[in-house]
Amino acid sequence: MTIRKLLVANRGEIAVRIIRSAREMGVATVQVYSDADAHMPAVSMADEAVNIGPPQAARSYLNREAILEAAGATGADAVHPGYGFLAEDGGFADAVERAGLCFVGPSAETIRQMGDKARARTLAEQAGVPTVPGSAGIIDSDEAGLAIAGEIGFPVMIKAAAGGGGRGIRVAANPEEFSHQAPLARAEARAAFGDDALYIEKVIGSASHIEVQVLGDGERAIHFFERECSLQRRRQKLWEEAPSVNLPEGLRAELCASAVKLAESVGYRAAGTVEFLCDKQAGEYYFIEMNTRIQVEHPVTEMITGFDLVREMLSVAAGRPLEISQQDIAARGHSIEVRLNAEDPARNFLPFPGVVESLNIPSGPGIRFDGAIYPGYTIPPFYDSLLGKLIVWDIDRQAALARLARALDEFKLEGVSTTRPLFQALTDNEDIRHGRFDTGWLEKWLQDTYPEAAAL
Amino acid sequence: MSKASIASPLPGTFYRRPSPEEPPYKDAGDTVAEGDVIGLIEVMKSFHEVKASAAGKISAFLVENEEAVMAGQPLVELDE
Repeated sequence: MTIRKLLVANRGEIAVRIIRSAREMGVATVQVYSDADAHMPAVSMADEAVNIGPPQAARSYLNREAILEAAGATGADAVHPGYGFLAEDGGFADAVERAGLCFVGPSAETIRQMGDKARARTLAEQAGVPTVPGSAGIIDSDEAGLAIAGEIGFPVMIKAAAGGGGRGIRVAANPEEFSHQAPLARAEARAAFGDDALYIEKVIGSASHIEVQVLGDGERAIHFFERECSLQRRRQKLWEEAPSVNLPEGLRAELCASAVKLAESVGYRAAGTVEFLCDKQAGEYYFIEMNTRIQVEHPVTEMITGFDLVREMLSVAAGRPLEISQQDIAARGHSIEVRLNAEDPARNFLPFPGVVESLNIPSGPGIRFDGAIYPGYTIPPFYDSLLGKLIVWDIDRQAALARLARALDEFKLEGVSTTRPLFQALTDNEDIRHGRFDTGWLEKWLQDTYPEAAAL
Repeated sequence: MSKASIASPLPGTFYRRPSPEEPPYKDAGDTVAEGDVIGLIEVMKSFHEVKASAAGKISAFLVENEEAVMAGQPLVELDE
């Protein structure tokens, strides 16, 4: 098919990002929005906009019927879910297809397979991709889980099969903690995801979070190299890079090949990300999960490869075979993205909705800003705190860090607190400059830097 | 008896229960001490407790569960 009119079932910066690619491809756009989002940039950028309900996401951006009704009323022939909200909801993908529309993402079956994190582990094992030592699929009971934890060794993570993205995880350091945590994890999983299935994974001590960008057409898959996303707080990414610093070339090739193998083994037809924990020194890596959507941090991959991932997504979603072959994709230079959130890092990342009183967006060589704010814009309190992503590219990592520092100096936003001061401090930090960080580094640094914040 | 109110410290969505399957923190008619939690405000996907700014007896909830609220909006009416 040919996509002629695309409905964007998301908001904020990713809605703007999707509209930009659609416009370049000559595809008309329909932006849906809640009562709280009438003034967001994507609404004025899109060719048409449709109100789909009250501010609360459950009644608007998660309201399948309202979104499909908007698609019907405007004659849209495709739906892009962005990230979050309904992006990894197999039921929504089904409903979109049943309505005769194209879902810009993998099949509902693939979403379900990868959404069940225990099943995804099994699929990775079957594809010959190493997984973190743990239970074979979900645990039958807390007692069975305890026995497995004893075999693989503590500490272990008790994870919700329906979780993912860092949610639904509890850590147990010993058998006593396990017996205490497992029932809590089960209750939480039931409440949060409506599914109390759990699985067990060993805690990998010092590791990097490395993820590979893939694109598949249902038969063939290719990769666009990796991103390093080790700088996290409470398992939420704040700073992402491509390529990963200090990653041996052979290990990079293995990670990328593993990701492609997994994508091809499930007949993947979309853009996706295969996430790994990686011990760069030991040369070991383990599959954690696959995200079946475009990710927040996709721009760093676009910066080093030159490809427009949203455009490629739309192309394979329309049923076209991949037009790019692996040897067409080369990585050049280094890119870093930081997430400018409306949060105060000095006050334990307290969210800070409010009015953007004045704004200066950096520009000049090697700078990209993916945002959805303007002077006078009121940041609604109902959604996540991401204001925009500042992305830089330069010929190597040291130059990219200097460029990032320059861009952060140019970035001015008055009216609300942002995470800018955190990134200014990080660009100056010796560990960051030398690439000496793992997934635990940022939280430790935050505790040392803002000791009083922990008490808030 | 004088009337007072407990205002929302943040803009967001008001919840009267710690989680969907638990009972409400407080009901109309309950007495509260200063610092008692009377509900949660969800702002930008994080949850913050709303604490009673004074002691008293709750005469009415002025906002429904899961309703959108502004910073400073009264949530609860108190008889001091």
